[in-house]
Amino acid sequence: MPHLHDDKIKFLEEKASAVRQSIIEMLVEAGSGHTAGPLGMADIFTAFYFHILNHDPKNPTMEDRDRLILSNGHICPVQYATLAHAGYFPVEELKTLRKFGTRLQGHPHRDSLPGVETTSGPLGSGLGQAAGYAYGAKMDGKKFRVYCLMSDGEQDAGNTWESAMFAGKYKLNNLTGVIDRNNIQIDGMTEDIMPLENLRAKYEAFNWHVLEIDGHNFEEIVNAVEEAKAIYEKPTMIIAHTIPGKGVKEIEFDYKWHGIPPNKEQATKFLAELRTLGGKIKSEHE
Amino acid sequence: MPINPNLKLVENILDLKTIEQAPTRKGYGEGLLEAGEQNEKVVALCADLTESTQMHLFTKKFPERFIQMGVAEQNLAAVASGLANYGKIPFISSYAMFSPGRNWEQIRTTICYNNVPVKIAGSHAGVSVGPDGATHQAIEDIAITRPIPNMTVINPCDTHEAKKATMAAVGIDGPVYLRFHREKTPVFTTPNSQFIIGKAEILWDSEGSPSPTGSGRSKPDVALIVCGPLVHNAILAAAELEKEGIKIRVINNHTIKPMDEATIIQAAKDAGAVVTVEEHQIQGGMGSAVAEVLAKNYPVPIEFIGVQNRFGESGAPNELIEHFGMGVSHIKEAVKKVLKRK
Repeated sequence: MPHLHDDKIKFLEEKASAVRQSIIEMLVEAGSGHTAGPLGMADIFTAFYFHILNHDPKNPTMEDRDRLILSNGHICPVQYATLAHAGYFPVEELKTLRKFGTRLQGHPHRDSLPGVETTSGPLGSGLGQAAGYAYGAKMDGKKFRVYCLMSDGEQDAGNTWESAMFAGKYKLNNLTGVIDRNNIQIDGMTEDIMPLENLRAKYEAFNWHVLEIDGHNFEEIVNAVEEAKAIYEKPTMIIAHTIPGKGVKEIEFDYKWHGIPPNKEQATKFLAELRTLGGKIKSEHE
Repeated sequence: MPINPNLKLVENILDLKTIEQAPTRKGYGEGLLEAGEQNEKVVALCADLTESTQMHLFTKKFPERFIQMGVAEQNLAAVASGLANYGKIPFISSYAMFSPGRNWEQIRTTICYNNVPVKIAGSHAGVSVGPDGATHQAIEDIAITRPIPNMTVINPCDTHEAKKATMAAVGIDGPVYLRFHREKTPVFTTPNSQFIIGKAEILWDSEGSPSPTGSGRSKPDVALIVCGPLVHNAILAAAELEKEGIKIRVINNHTIKPMDEATIIQAAKDAGAVVTVEEHQIQGGMGSAVAEVLAKNYPVPIEFIGVQNRFGESGAPNELIEHFGMGVSHIKEAVKKVLKRK
């Protein structure tokens, strides 16, 4: 059952396009950082901060807000851009990314920026932190939900599976994970570096409810999160199939764009491309 | 006796035959239970070592506030970070070799850089673990915890101090590493002995001529700066040395970070020579931290008692303390060596 009206989808598409443009602008200004992952996750971040989360950008520490834990901190440009567009801090501040004195550290730091729930960067420890949050919330009978956004590359890490086992054991139904299944990591394709498949079967074996979605389709993103809320006996893992670099043809599917920023010339071209699409991410994908 | 009367230590402190023996981990277990009774935010997590880390006392009383993690120390740290970030005060228990050993990066990033109040209790530190051998004898744990910003590092000297340190750690709004030992060791403080995090205590000060620094204290020949149960060995050494006419000040330097720099510098000024004693590698341990303070503020000759860049091995605890050069006789030798360097 669809949860979104056409107007809302159009609104989200426009926000996602603005987020993508900000990502390109930030990265070219910073001169270093990751490009493919942030572009690929722009739709999912937009869906969370502009539709799914119970949060208040004007009151970032609101007591019973939903928590979004970003585990793979290196894609923080997309979180920073989304937080800024959602109103947590001025959009102009995005240009300070990675610069001395900035609140926008190269990898996110909890105390530095409003809206950043935890420090992350070293891969594989976000799911455990999110599980700790979820466990604490259940101890106190809190109703808020905990979301953990992860990469597929960090499924290589042992800590990830320690946390998966833990969340399965304690039936943390208030915890929902989202894996950015874009099939790339720094050194190449995930299935060449360290094969992850069958990823769905792995999480199911760890006692998770697993959903697979198109990570660029807002209806599928929102429906999956809604379904997770209705699963009472397990945590839910949403495997979101995404296109790394989504929205910029030259970057899409190319693992070489994992850890580098565009130069000025490329950025001008990419921004033109994004603006021409005019937020038609979903229809373009179809 | 040159024993500091204000500290209310046991009367039979020099009598190895009658002095009570108990492991510091026992004090941890009792302290955690009491901390749990006093503060409902306290929760306990263990990586499959509930009884040997003495967490079982808490677990029985507060089963709903205990979380069994399985043999997964990285997740132990990460989940505790999340719980603390949410608002709990988690104590995490394992052997020091595995926590903070195996999970160091999770402790650094998710606990210390996040600056959340997780209390890391590392049990079975030092070669006195005994028969289990080198794989289970953590002798590098001070070196890996003390350079991390926001971290407090404490190595209590006996079971009473361990209990007090555990309870005091709740009051620190940040990460704390508590270092405990497996083996029974002399109980020479009492429930009434003062313990303040960050405050080193002078346990023993040989009577002598007044210090020329005007500190109001006497002028010892050598200051022994010690942490952990080896403080007792240092007191025994001081008593024997006094009979030989060598005046000693023994400092229980339980808080390795933040260190009580004033007490350490004053000891160097009064004595003019220092011997540090710890059940840890010489490199990066408490003695190194003392040397950092003195090199900058008041350089004096220092000798270091500890493990000399070696792995431990199987054996009886006392046998190993002697084998690795941390016995009473070794402390006395070090004192005489540093005296010649004055």
